[in-house]
Amino acid sequence: MTDNILEVRKLFLYYATRKGTVKAVDSVSFDLKKGETLALVGESGCGKSSMAKAVIRLLPRNIDKYDGEVLLEQQNIMEHDETTFRKDVRWKKISMAFQGAMNSLNPVLKVGYQVAEPLLIHEDMKKQEALEKSIESLRMVGIHESFMERYPFELSGGMKQRAVIAMALVTHPRILILDEPTSALDVITQANIMNLLKKLKNEMGLSYIFITHDIGLSSELADKVAVMYAGEVQEIAKAEAFYRKPTHPYSQKLMASVPTLRTDKKPEFIPGAPPSLISPPTGCRFHPRCPSAFDRCSKENPPAFDLGSGHYVKCWWYEQSGEKNE
Amino acid sequence: MGSVGGEYRLKGIAKELLTYKSGVFGIAFLVVLISLSVYTIIAIPYGGAIDLWRGEGNVWIENPRNAQPYWVNYFGPNLPETIKRDSHQTGAGTVKVLIPIPQTNLKMLRIGFSFDYVYDAFPSEINIFFSARFNESAPFLRIYWTKPGSTEIKLLDYITRTANDNFYLSIHPQVAANIDSYIAGIVGEKPLAPLPVEQALFAVEDQTIKSTTTAKPLKGTYKLVIDGTLFGEDSDLDARVVIYGRICGLAGTDHLRRDLTIALLWGTPIALSFGLTASLTISLLQLLIATVSGYYGGKIDSLIQRFTEGYMILPFLPFLILIATFYRLDIWILLTVIIVLSVFGGGVKSTRALVMQIKEYPYIEAARAYGASSKRIVLLYIIPKILPPIVPSLIGSVPGYVFLEAALSLLGLGDPYLPSWGKVIEDSYRGGALYKGYYYWVTEPALMLILTAFAFSFLGFALDKIVNPKLREI
Repeated sequence: MTDNILEVRKLFLYYATRKGTVKAVDSVSFDLKKGETLALVGESGCGKSSMAKAVIRLLPRNIDKYDGEVLLEQQNIMEHDETTFRKDVRWKKISMAFQGAMNSLNPVLKVGYQVAEPLLIHEDMKKQEALEKSIESLRMVGIHESFMERYPFELSGGMKQRAVIAMALVTHPRILILDEPTSALDVITQANIMNLLKKLKNEMGLSYIFITHDIGLSSELADKVAVMYAGEVQEIAKAEAFYRKPTHPYSQKLMASVPTLRTDKKPEFIPGAPPSLISPPTGCRFHPRCPSAFDRCSKENPPAFDLGSGHYVKCWWYEQSGEKNE
Repeated sequence: MGSVGGEYRLKGIAKELLTYKSGVFGIAFLVVLISLSVYTIIAIPYGGAIDLWRGEGNVWIENPRNAQPYWVNYFGPNLPETIKRDSHQTGAGTVKVLIPIPQTNLKMLRIGFSFDYVYDAFPSEINIFFSARFNESAPFLRIYWTKPGSTEIKLLDYITRTANDNFYLSIHPQVAANIDSYIAGIVGEKPLAPLPVEQALFAVEDQTIKSTTTAKPLKGTYKLVIDGTLFGEDSDLDARVVIYGRICGLAGTDHLRRDLTIALLWGTPIALSFGLTASLTISLLQLLIATVSGYYGGKIDSLIQRFTEGYMILPFLPFLILIATFYRLDIWILLTVIIVLSVFGGGVKSTRALVMQIKEYPYIEAARAYGASSKRIVLLYIIPKILPPIVPSLIGSVPGYVFLEAALSLLGLGDPYLPSWGKVIEDSYRGGALYKGYYYWVTEPALMLILTAFAFSFLGFALDKIVNPKLREI
């Protein structure tokens, strides 16, 4: 229990819009151990990024419901007020590398200065000192210090992503949330970034929350996989168990949709479209698209069943084999 | 390291500016205007310029009225210059003799001026300035005029009124009457519309002298003689005669004999500072308001936007006229009023739209994530990003405010004391410059205005190409 650096319990994040309440994160729970990587996978619009924002409390204006427990090192950070949260949690303990590295750097700041920004803001550091740390951080992600004086548009996509990671690491946080860190990068650069992330994890003992829609990519890094669908976590499992044999029908479908290189198997697709988060389907949210759905699925939303060794799944098919969790 | 970022600094931008023709022209014009301003401020200090412009101490008395700039003579016409003779400086055609009459306390005085007149047009005016020294009785004078190869004409018997007496020869009724009868003697009848004195004194003496349309100036050596009787031991009298020409100075003169150079020169720093201050202040304030409105959103945004919309409906010029009519405004208060009336303008709307777009960029979100304060985000993240597209329009809008000042002057709402270009145009308009053919009076300030407009517009175009590379032609 104590080796959990982050525990999220029944986290809710609803947005209020003109059309109604968007249930972007609906009662999500998971744990993250020190040095562990949790891969958060799911389709676009399933609430992955909202989850990350809920954890780091970067909320838009139109919040309808923001509730639950986020325990960071056994401390409920949901009880912090905004100032404490900003000072003690964000970037100190939890950093985030945003998706779309192309736009994640201030175009009018030089890269070196930009990477030093969190230090200047958080630690009242002198500019000179902060810039030295920034050189260090950039070197860690493999950017030569001659790029300190460059502007973001002079950098390639991969370099920008590295700079974004450097910026996230400059304050030496415990947890790094990576929100689709490799989207819009070519495959080679993607591989480079993934190798870099692995290296950093080993060197610094970081915990990652790795958000991606690329289930193949997540296997590179993940110790644990959480599958999100329509604002809910449908399945959490150890990586080996998950990739060998996903249990939730949605996870199975998702795995089957990954193209494989060495077999002739054609990638499958999941029929239908992701549900609206304003009025999600009754019962299990996946049942309208689920090939193995039965009556109960459309009426009652299943709880998470414990399949043992940290494997939880939200599906009625596992009611017998697993124990109901909570 | 270090030099890499150089091309984005001011120096780099200046260098790039010079690669565009419009940039070169803009900078050249601006350099001319700025050096003119600096020269003006150093050469004619502000207080001095105001005094000169208000004509303190009769400084302009020896300038002709509405004279054209001297360089018009280079283009054909042979217009007269102003001829001045002073009995203090004898020699070169000026003689002064003062003889005491024995056994009396009387003195006999003779002052003779002679000068060549070689021009194709009549002078505009003749004045004689006396400076006398006497005890009880003022000097008694008799003034004669001699045309080339002709007899002496007696103009007037004159008793000076004060020690420093200005004698306006060309408008003196007695002189006019004497000349009329003299001309009547030549042509045999009294002319219906007699020539003005200064023309009659220089006209060829035949039938053409009857009317102003036919009269021609006679070239040759003229003489003006002042004979006088002075009373008292130490009495003395000196005379200075000014025959006003029709050209004067680099820029000509206005209806109050003022040298227009003063106004044209002083107009430059006034126009530059007025235009730049107005444009800079308004643009930056609008930028700030728009950024606050766009970034904070919600109620602040609604409030600012509704206020702006209300403001934009208000008619700008009538309000300005109203304020300027009720309160006597000098140029800096006028500037303030213009700024206040324009702060919530259309710029707020367009910049806010930009801000709304930028604030959704991931790097702003990232900045919020690593704890940057709103102030920091606004000043370091948003404003630098929207500044580039605003700078060219800021530069480009400078002439607009310079023109506004001129237009307000023309409406009589400008600063009444300051020699600005608008003021000159107003004077020329009221003086009927175009009706009377004093084109230089209008075109000179207009050219300065155009030069200013060119300078800033060209600079604005070039800057626009630099900061918005999409506008560049291939």
